[in-house]
Amino acid sequence: MKFPYTDIVLEHFRHPRNVGKIENPDGKATEGSPACGDMVSVYIKVDPKTNTIADVKFESYGCASNIATGSIITELAKGKTLDEAKNITWKEASDALGGLPKIKAHCSVLAVEGLRSAIQNYEERHGLVKEKVPTTVEIVRQRLRKVVNPLTGLNVVRTNLVQDIEVTDGVVTVLIDLPQDHQFANTIKDEVLEKIETLWDVKEVMVKFTE
Amino acid sequence: MADKFIYLDNAATTRLDERVLEAMRPYFFDTYAVATSEFGYSQGIEARERLDEARGVLANALGAAPEEFIFTSGSTESSNIALKGVALALGKKKGKHIIVSKIEDFPVLHSAQALERQGFQVTYLDVDAEGFVDLNRLRDSITNETILVSIQHANQEIGTVQDIEAIGRICREKEVLFHADATHAFMRVPLDMKTIAVDLVTVSAHTIHGPKGIGGLCIRQGTQIAKWVDGGFQEFNLRAGLENIPAVVGFAKAVELVTLEETKRLQEMRDHLIDRMLTEIPHSILNGHRWKRLPQNANITFHYVEGESITLHLDMHGIAVSTGSACFSRSLEASHVILGIGGDHERAHGSIRFTFGRYNSLEDVDTAVQALAEIVKELRKISPLGKDKEKEEV
Repeated sequence: MKFPYTDIVLEHFRHPRNVGKIENPDGKATEGSPACGDMVSVYIKVDPKTNTIADVKFESYGCASNIATGSIITELAKGKTLDEAKNITWKEASDALGGLPKIKAHCSVLAVEGLRSAIQNYEERHGLVKEKVPTTVEIVRQRLRKVVNPLTGLNVVRTNLVQDIEVTDGVVTVLIDLPQDHQFANTIKDEVLEKIETLWDVKEVMVKFTE
Repeated sequence: MADKFIYLDNAATTRLDERVLEAMRPYFFDTYAVATSEFGYSQGIEARERLDEARGVLANALGAAPEEFIFTSGSTESSNIALKGVALALGKKKGKHIIVSKIEDFPVLHSAQALERQGFQVTYLDVDAEGFVDLNRLRDSITNETILVSIQHANQEIGTVQDIEAIGRICREKEVLFHADATHAFMRVPLDMKTIAVDLVTVSAHTIHGPKGIGGLCIRQGTQIAKWVDGGFQEFNLRAGLENIPAVVGFAKAVELVTLEETKRLQEMRDHLIDRMLTEIPHSILNGHRWKRLPQNANITFHYVEGESITLHLDMHGIAVSTGSACFSRSLEASHVILGIGGDHERAHGSIRFTFGRYNSLEDVDTAVQALAEIVKELRKISPLGKDKEKEEV
């Protein structure tokens, strides 16, 4: 029988490494949501002396590629400096797994994003963010690239679901090209809020729909 | 890898019965001629006779007359003919309004949407938490412009069996045509057109261990319907295309092989699976009605875990099932049926459909339950969801 996954993916899927929560983590993040069908949480402990990842664990609600990427990313990140870990790419994770099906990119990229966001969370909580850049339309757009359009599996910016972005005095307005009562409207709204609200100078986020 | 393959996806398609293949074989190699009129040559006349006999078997199974049954390439085509054929016949004459349920299978749903793009109005009826259409709401939705109500006999995913007798009465009283997609109910849930006021019925062979690529549409005499597939004069000039003699012979044989005892056996498997899963696997819920469901269908959501992971693990155990999870599908959209009964995305993504057939046994069910219990437990250990609810009742 032929599975669409490599033996390494299947091995990690069946026996994922570093599964679970870390109590009182130094940094944590969750990417995705049950609505998209995939969700991953990443927890890290940082050794402040060396600025390296002392421990990392993950939890996954998702398909095989999501679980396997979560597993491999924790193996790749452990012992690395924060800067090194932040730069681990989806391609590196995929290569370490012997390759992933293209159609599963959106499920597996979540783990990579999860690790980066957990590190970012650590840096924000410990005042390590180097410079505070004022939020612009472009920064909002960049963050929205992490919100998946469940209709296609690609992000909402690339699939033109984001019709308009406005940033005025700390109030961010995002216009989504979907009817208000669409199957995915609330999910997308929640994810947009989650991604934008944490920006340091944003006071309010409004998500509007075209219909 | 497990040595035995346990196939529990019989709603997707079934294994062909050898006896069906044997019945079909002569019509590939010996009597392979096209069905001719009684004035043709002997091979063609014999083909015609087999076609007529098969038509008789199919019509009889639905309580109809032979001339009320046409063969098609399958239930997708049958439902397309039913909706588009009626729309073409009555759209200009009577009105442009059609009613379907929200949880119809794609042939009906997407035919309705195609008609909508051509200027028809379509009402998509809500269903309740178990998948039933509200009869009062159906009655209220019918207007003077309504030409057709299309509501399935039983649901493809959650197995809910609609009260088509009552639906038929309402349609008859309001003088609108009623089409029932019986793809999954055919030969498992009785449907007698002599007592049920249904005008068009879609059926298929591959769900009852018959060949793929053959189905039918039963059209009550006098029903106004236009020809949709143009070409020759086959099937009472209602559906053009070379008659598929081996397939129609196989279809009739498949119908003759279904017995009430067998259906009862499938129901035992269903009940055994539902009872064991719901008691032995915590945080699992049944989708659809406990009793008013297809005898061969069980559909269960395992909370906090995702369906594609479950199906992959089951596959490694040699067990085939399907899931309403988006990851399993080609569209990345969660099951419209689970969402239609008011379920959220998590309920859809964690839903697993088990459907039984002739070649399954109670032993298979036990193997599946045992495998599922282990898999769900392992996946929940990994899942970030539901950790705080472990001790609560769902």
